[in-house]
Amino acid sequence: MLQLLQLIVSGAAIGCIYALIALGFVLIYKATETVNFAQGDLMMIGGFLGLTAMTVAGMPFAVAFLLTTVAMALVGMGAERLVLRPLLGQPAFTMIMMTIGLGYLARGVVTMIPYWGTETHTLPVPYKDEVIWLGGEGTGLVVSVEHLVIILATVVLVALLYAFFRYTRLGIAMQATSQNQLAAFYMGIPVRRVNMLIWGLSSAICGVAGLLLAPITFVHANMGFVGLKAFPAAVVGGFGSIPGALVGGLIIGIVESLAGFYLPEGFKDIAAYVVVLVMLVVKPNGLFGENLTKKV
Amino acid sequence: MTTPMLQAVNLSVQFGGLKAVNDVSFDVWPNEVFSLIGPNGAGKTTIFNLISALYRPTSGEVRFESEVISRMPPHVVARHGIARTFQNIELFEHATVLQNLLVGRHCHRHTGWVQDLLFTGSVRRAELEFRRQVEEVIEFLDLQHYRESMVAGLPYGVRKVVELARALSMRPRLLLLDEPSSGLNTEETEDMGFWIEDIKQDLGITVIMVEHDMGLVSRVSDRVLALNLGEVLTLGTPEEVQAHPGVIEAYLGGVDDV
Amino acid sequence: MHFIFKTRYEQDISLFKHSGQVFWYAALALALVAAPWLLSEYALSQFTFIGIYAIVCLGLMLLAGFTGQVSLGHAGFLAMGAYTEAWLQANGWPFMISLPMAALVAGVTGIIVGLPALRVKGLYLSIATLAFGFIIEEVVVRAEHITGGNAGRQLDKLMIAGIDFDDGTNYYYLVTFIAVLCVLGVLNLLRSPTGRAFVAIRDSEVSAQSMGINLAHYKTVAFALSAALAGIAGALYAHKIRIITPDQFGFLQSIELLMMVVIGGLGSIQGAIFGPAFWFVVQQVIVVGKDWLPPGLGQQTGLQPTIFGFILIAIVLFEPMGLYGRWLKFRTFLEIFPFYRKGMFKRQKSYMKSERMK
Repeated sequence: MLQLLQLIVSGAAIGCIYALIALGFVLIYKATETVNFAQGDLMMIGGFLGLTAMTVAGMPFAVAFLLTTVAMALVGMGAERLVLRPLLGQPAFTMIMMTIGLGYLARGVVTMIPYWGTETHTLPVPYKDEVIWLGGEGTGLVVSVEHLVIILATVVLVALLYAFFRYTRLGIAMQATSQNQLAAFYMGIPVRRVNMLIWGLSSAICGVAGLLLAPITFVHANMGFVGLKAFPAAVVGGFGSIPGALVGGLIIGIVESLAGFYLPEGFKDIAAYVVVLVMLVVKPNGLFGENLTKKV
Repeated sequence: MTTPMLQAVNLSVQFGGLKAVNDVSFDVWPNEVFSLIGPNGAGKTTIFNLISALYRPTSGEVRFESEVISRMPPHVVARHGIARTFQNIELFEHATVLQNLLVGRHCHRHTGWVQDLLFTGSVRRAELEFRRQVEEVIEFLDLQHYRESMVAGLPYGVRKVVELARALSMRPRLLLLDEPSSGLNTEETEDMGFWIEDIKQDLGITVIMVEHDMGLVSRVSDRVLALNLGEVLTLGTPEEVQAHPGVIEAYLGGVDDV
Repeated sequence: MHFIFKTRYEQDISLFKHSGQVFWYAALALALVAAPWLLSEYALSQFTFIGIYAIVCLGLMLLAGFTGQVSLGHAGFLAMGAYTEAWLQANGWPFMISLPMAALVAGVTGIIVGLPALRVKGLYLSIATLAFGFIIEEVVVRAEHITGGNAGRQLDKLMIAGIDFDDGTNYYYLVTFIAVLCVLGVLNLLRSPTGRAFVAIRDSEVSAQSMGINLAHYKTVAFALSAALAGIAGALYAHKIRIITPDQFGFLQSIELLMMVVIGGLGSIQGAIFGPAFWFVVQQVIVVGKDWLPPGLGQQTGLQPTIFGFILIAIVLFEPMGLYGRWLKFRTFLEIFPFYRKGMFKRQKSYMKSERMK
C-alpha cells in the first residue's frame, strides 16, 4: 500500500511536468488551432537558460527562475512574431511542420552554444537530493523535495493562470480569442497581439516546467523529448481543455510510474502511448474534450 | 408511378437539447423539382444531411425507392444514386475541375486498387469511358474553358457550377442542391434556373433543392415545402406556399417583432 | 510555354504529357544507367541511399501529400521492413520472396496503425502514429531473439541468383530498378480512381463520402501502401547498411522523413525524389564545407540539424510547394521569358478554416 502511494506521488510529480507542457499545447491550440511540436524543446531551452543564469552568472535560484520565465516568454513571442504569424491562415499542417522545424533547429543550435553543448548538466537547485518523510521517519512515505516542489509549483501556477484568465482584461481577451477569433477581432480585441502573448505565456510555462524537471533528469539537448509525452496527456484530457491537460498529465504520469514498477521492463517508456491509443479508440475527444465534427 | 422516389417518415433529429428537425414527413415523386424553404435555422440543410446520411435521425427514417437509407453509411447512399451539393461548396480544392468531375464517376468503377496500381487494360478502358462521360457533363454546363484549371483559383460562381457538374457526373437519380443560387449574381442565377429545368426535363433527374431566392423557387419548383424551426409549415405549389399566412409570418416575423 | 492541343482522351491519362517530357525522362533514365561509370564509388553509394529514401518518401507522400494523413511514425514501418528482411534472410529465404514479405509485414503493420484513422483525423491521427512509432521502436528493442535488441542485427551478403549484390554497382542498379518500379506504381495509382479517391479524402472528407467514396477502405489502402513502400525501403536499407539497430528507426528518423517530403514539395511525386536527393547532397556539402569553417563551428555535431532546421523553416515560410514548386517557377520563367512576373504563383490566402464545430 505504501509502495503504491509512493509510486503515485512520484508519478504525479512527473505528471505535473507533462501537465504543464500539455497546458502549453492547449493554450496555443485553443487560440490558434496550431499544435506546437517544439514545446518540449522550449522546455529544454528553459532548462539551459536557468542553468546558465545559476552556474555562469551565479544567480540565486529564485532570481534565475524569474529571469528564465521572462526570457522564455520573450522567446515564445519572438517565435510567433518571426515565423508563425506570416503563416496565419495556412493549413494546420503547415504550422505543425514549422514548429517541428523549430524544434529540430533548437536541438541543433543548443549543442553549438559554448558551455551548453552535448553534455548533460546538473542544475544546482538548493533543494537537490533532499527528502521529506511523511508519517514517521523510516516508516512513512518518503517524498523527494524535488517532486514536492514540482507538485506545489504546478498548483501555484495553475491557480495563478486561473486567476489570470478569470479576472484580468488580457486573460478574458485571450479566452474570447480562443473561442472565436473573428468575433473577437470584430469586438476590437487585437487578435494578433493576443496570439503573440499566448505564445509567450505558453513558452514561459514550458520554461518553468524545464526548471522544475531539471533537478530530476539533468539538463541536456534531448531533454525536450519528454515533451512528446505531453501529447498523450493533452489527448487524454481532451485537446482543447485546460483542466483536461492537467488531469491528463497526472493520469499519464501515474500510469507510467505504476507500469514501471508492476510491468516488465520497457513498458514504462511506452505506457503513455498505449494509454493514448486506447483513448483514441474509446473516446477520441478525451475526458473534457469538445466535439470536433466539421459542419457542412 | 405509384411509389414515391424519396420518403421522409416522421423524421426527427436532436442535437443536445435542440430539436433541429421535428417530426417532418414528406414524399418526393419521380421527376419533380421539390424545394425546401424556410428562414435560417429551419432545418433545411439538416434534412439534406439526413437524406445523404451524414447525420443519423433520432427517430423516423428516410426511404429511397422503398428502401430505408437513413441507417446506411453515406458512401452507400451515394451509390444508390443520390448526389448532392453543399451550401458552402465542398470541392476538392487542390485538384483540377476535370479531376473533381472524375471523382463523380467513382461509384461506377469496377476496378480495385491492385488493378489501378498496375494500370491494367480494364482500368485504361474504364478511364477513357469515364473521361467521355464527364465530357458530356462539361458540355452540358459549358465548363470547357475551365477543364484543366485548379479549383482553388476559380471564382465563386464557377465553383458553384463545378460542384453541380461534379454531382451530375455521378449520373444520379436524385439530386440534392443546397442553395444553388447563393452567392451568384442575377445572370448566374438565371443560368442556374435553366440548368435545373434541363436537369429535370432532359436528364430526367429528380431534384430536391434548398433555396432562399423565391424567384428561382417559383420558377423551377413543382412543389414547395415550407419549414420553420424544424417543423413543417405547409406543402403545396409555389403560389400556395407563398400565400400561406404561416410562411409570411415565419419570414417577416409577427407584428410585434417588427 | 507548352500548349498541348489534346485530340484524344488517351492524352489525359498517359504518363507523359508531351514528347518533350518523353525526351527528358529518357535522358534521365540514361543518366541513371550510366551513373556507375560517371561517379566514384562513394558518390554511387550516396545515390543508392537517395534511391532507398526516395521509396520511403514516395510512400509518405502518398499518405501525407495525397491522402492528407500525416504520419509521425513512419520510421516504424521502415523498421518492420528492415527487421523482416534481416530475419528472413538469416532463415534462408531468397531475396525475391523476402522483399515482398518485408513489404507485406510492413503493410499489415500499416493497416493496424491506420486503424485510428478510421475514427480520428488530423492532429489526433498524427499523435496516434507517433504513439505507434514509439511502440514499434520499443518492441524492436525488446524482441531481442529476432532483432538483436540494442546491440543490433547483422545481415549477410546479399546474393540473388548467384550474383553478388554486395557490390556497389550491382546494388545501385537493384535499388534504382525497384525505385523506378515504385514510382511507376504510384503514378499509375494517382491517375486512376484510387488516386482520385485519395485526393478527394485529403481535400474534403464530407464530400468524398457523398460521392460514394468509402473513407475507411481508402484510408486503409493508403496506410497499407505507404507502409509497404516503407517496408521495401527498409529491406533495401538493411542490406545497404548491413547492421541495423533500433535507434536508426526512432522518432528523429520519422521527423527527418517528413522534413524530406516537405522540403521536396508536398503533393507532388517529384517532391518525393527531390526531397531525399537534396537532403543527401546538402549533407555532403556540409561534410566537405566543414573543413573550411573555423574548427569551433565546423566540428560541431549540431551543425547539420541547424542547417536542415533553417532550410525547413525557410521552405515552409517562402516556398510551401517545396523544391518542386521552386522548379516549376524556374521552368515557367524559362519557358515564357521575358514575360514572367512576380506573383504568378501567389499563394492563395484563405480565412482560417476551423475544424471545430461551433
